[in-house]
Amino acid sequence: MLRIDNLTVDHGAIRALHGVSFNVEKGQLAAVIGANGAGKTTLLRTLSGLNKASEGQAHWNDHNILHSKPEKLVRHGITHVCEGKSVIPELTVSENLELGSLWRRNRSESAQSKREVLELFPRLGERLSQRADSLSGGERQMLALGRSIMSKPELLLLDEPSLGLAPLVIEQIFQAIRDLTTAKGLTVILVEQNAMGALKIADVGIVLNLGSIAASGSAAALKDDPAVRAAYLGF
Amino acid sequence: MFELINTLLIGITAGSIYSLMAISIVLVWRSTRVVNFAAGGLALASSFVGAAILEKTGSFWIALPLAMVAGAIFSAFIEYFFLRPLLKRSGDQGAEIFLPIIATLGLLGIIKTILNYIYGDRIGALPPPLPDKGFVVSGESIALSPMRLLILGIVLLLMISLTLIFQRTNLGLSLRASSFAPEISRLAGIRVDFIRTVGWAISGAAGATAGILQTTNGSGSVSPESFEFSLLLVFGFVAAVIGGIESLVGAVLGGLTLGIILAIILMYVGGSLVFIAAFLILILVLLLRPQGIIGAKGGRRA
Ligand SMILES: Nc1ncnc2c1ncn2[C@@H]1O[C@H](COP(=O)(O)OP(=O)(O)OP(=O)(O)O)[C@@H](O)[C@H]1O
Ligand SMILES: [Mg+2]
Repeated sequence: MLRIDNLTVDHGAIRALHGVSFNVEKGQLAAVIGANGAGKTTLLRTLSGLNKASEGQAHWNDHNILHSKPEKLVRHGITHVCEGKSVIPELTVSENLELGSLWRRNRSESAQSKREVLELFPRLGERLSQRADSLSGGERQMLALGRSIMSKPELLLLDEPSLGLAPLVIEQIFQAIRDLTTAKGLTVILVEQNAMGALKIADVGIVLNLGSIAASGSAAALKDDPAVRAAYLGF
Repeated sequence: MFELINTLLIGITAGSIYSLMAISIVLVWRSTRVVNFAAGGLALASSFVGAAILEKTGSFWIALPLAMVAGAIFSAFIEYFFLRPLLKRSGDQGAEIFLPIIATLGLLGIIKTILNYIYGDRIGALPPPLPDKGFVVSGESIALSPMRLLILGIVLLLMISLTLIFQRTNLGLSLRASSFAPEISRLAGIRVDFIRTVGWAISGAAGATAGILQTTNGSGSVSPESFEFSLLLVFGFVAAVIGGIESLVGAVLGGLTLGIILAIILMYVGGSLVFIAAFLILILVLLLRPQGIIGAKGGRRA
């Protein structure tokens, strides 16, 4: 499981996270929601090794993950999909996918993962030799997710996968995330502005506000908590 | 007509060597966003290694590959021990953007000083391994000799190998991905720092080849103060910029274009103008087509 204790992160003089602590059980999908600037992206970037923590601890499977490089954490099962359709536009769809599995150095396993991805997102299969910049926004998000699956993740960190997508596509992506979590027994941290949609598919929810946890609990309870709704969900 | 064909042949041979130098510069630019003025010094140092091995073994065929290996090692060494720590500390604000440029300029000076210290005014001999007398076609000697053919062959072979490596292998995919999007590559598990060193190493090998071929195609000897190598560095840069600085194909086209234009100027206008002409071409390209001759509007090419 993922254990985060008193995690504090600074961007120069700006403190983005103030002693955040929470746990996520194996196999759970945790939605992290909160307004712009709440520190959601900072949280994920710190867990994947892109940002440095100033204080606190984070353990994945009893393995201290702070102070490790992203490329090393991938090898420990932690995969991060950044904000904003994180694909490499100059590479083909196929190359973008393969990139995620290069570190595994196992052609047959990689090919197997690729088949799984294409089964999940058949539209990618029709576009394998196209450059990624020819894809639509939804397809790019599918590709970014697909690449993360190629890395054989155990802990998946997703930053606003619904950003800029049409409602129907968002539903499709969320459904895919839910199905993956269950089918593969993944642990997922889903950062979202689309609070309602995220809480619908999540097991647990965490509300971040100005770098601190404002509320947390089961996703269903959060969704129905009038105080949370009024203060953070905006309805 | 005959004269024109000969001029073209001379231009293509020289241009193919500029292409290699341009590739060396482009590879470093793509992997670390550093304008590598030290490339000229690395080519020079590798050529001295080549000359030393040639002297010991008497075989060009041993000297060339070993000089390439030496170039790769020198270049990787510089990336790992100088540029990497420097780039970690530098940013992109204010005067900091000059840091890598000044560093590679400084390295160029240091390499030349070291070579001067070791060799003084001794030279390294790299005579052509094959006859340099032009083939005779219908009674006239053309500007294509076995040596020139060899140069073209070596350059072609290297280009094909590089293309295969970049387009067909996992290493090539890692190299391209790391240069386009280092952060995404890291998150995908690519060891970007290591891949960057590999990029510099390949660049060093390409530069070493350019240096040796330039020498055998030119005066047949290298000296620490070689003007030929200053020209090679400048022409390599111009070729890389003509090609759009991002693209290996562009570097090749840029080198050939430059080689042909300079050969024509040398033939029909005058030798003293060649250097100025190269700069004029550079400025024209930067003004009219800053993205290079094949740089697409829609972004970078692999
Ligand atoms: N690279 C940076 N340099 C300086 N400050 C930063 C940097 N990245 C984030 N911050 C600051 O840290 C705080 C948290 O930012 P973060 O990107 O984590 O928020 P977020 O919850 O992901 O917001 P959004 O929903 O807009 O993506 C903000 O005040 C932001 O301005
Ligand atoms: Mg964010």
